[in-house]
Amino acid sequence: MGKAVSILSDAEIGLVRESSLLVGRTLAAVAERIRAGVTTAELDELAEQFIRDHGALPGFKGLYDCPSTLLISVNEAVVHGLPGTRELRDGDIASIDCGVLMNGFYGDSAYTFCVGEVAGETRELLRVTQECLALGIEQAVVGNRVGDIGHAIQSHAEKHGYGVVRELTGHGVGRKLHEGPEVPNFGRRGHGPKLQEGMALAIEPMINMGSKEARQLDDGWTVVTLDGKPSAHFEHTVAVRKGKAEVLSTFSYIEDVLKKKGELARA
Amino acid sequence: MSKTGNIEQDGVIKEALSNAMFRVELENGHVIVAHISGKMRMHYIRILPGDKVKVEMSPYDLSKGRISFRYKT
Repeated sequence: MGKAVSILSDAEIGLVRESSLLVGRTLAAVAERIRAGVTTAELDELAEQFIRDHGALPGFKGLYDCPSTLLISVNEAVVHGLPGTRELRDGDIASIDCGVLMNGFYGDSAYTFCVGEVAGETRELLRVTQECLALGIEQAVVGNRVGDIGHAIQSHAEKHGYGVVRELTGHGVGRKLHEGPEVPNFGRRGHGPKLQEGMALAIEPMINMGSKEARQLDDGWTVVTLDGKPSAHFEHTVAVRKGKAEVLSTFSYIEDVLKKKGELARA
Repeated sequence: MSKTGNIEQDGVIKEALSNAMFRVELENGHVIVAHISGKMRMHYIRILPGDKVKVEMSPYDLSKGRISFRYKT
């Protein structure tokens, strides 16, 4: 067990960056359409069209029999929610995960969106989860180990009383969507594989407002929290470098759209 | 898309079966059948009923596991 770890050249990292940036732009296009009443299927179709119009392929569709371009997980769904007839409601949070395959390399990123007026404690969960992502990325430098990333994420989340999902992890990215090493969102400092220059990692904290336990629904995809409380998910693809990781994906396009819609908490 | 990783759990050996297989009661109460890992076999590490061990499980079959570590009691 255990998939191979790829060390990518600067040129190859560049291609992962291109794919990851396209994911960011796709999520921004999706962000424009998010409002109460829109169905998750509509968002998925929009994303697929956007990706194909840019000469790339949806990264998830067809992989492990995934039926869609986006994975949309609403409220108590942690990840891997399937788009369908469900309408987003005012007060929902929806974490949208998207992958792109372009020029032979994958990009993977995810963002949790608010629909309308979302409860303060839920918005706090989103804010902390995004901080967890930033803290994890800070650890993704040459000389550190995978456990340092997980430890940073876990300690920040648990400090706020949240649960860190164990069964799902981040992963290496390259010519395949899921490569080694696995990047859990929990761990012990100094443990796990060593991080090397040229590794591309998808770091994706999945943080539950309540307890960490999760279960899978009968559709074989959607993962939900056992206690029914909401869960947030943010993901960046990053390249491990000396001193400071290089973030290959971006939320800037998404945040521009959210600012225009007046939804971003920060100015 | 998140990857489903191997789940590691702690458990206690309930009984020894043949062929280096053991019945293990996990922390969450589930009882599974697990085999000893090759690394432990190679180093002649003995496991007896009552030992606390770490078990690796695949998310694709939660009834079978691999014993990867024996804790010192």
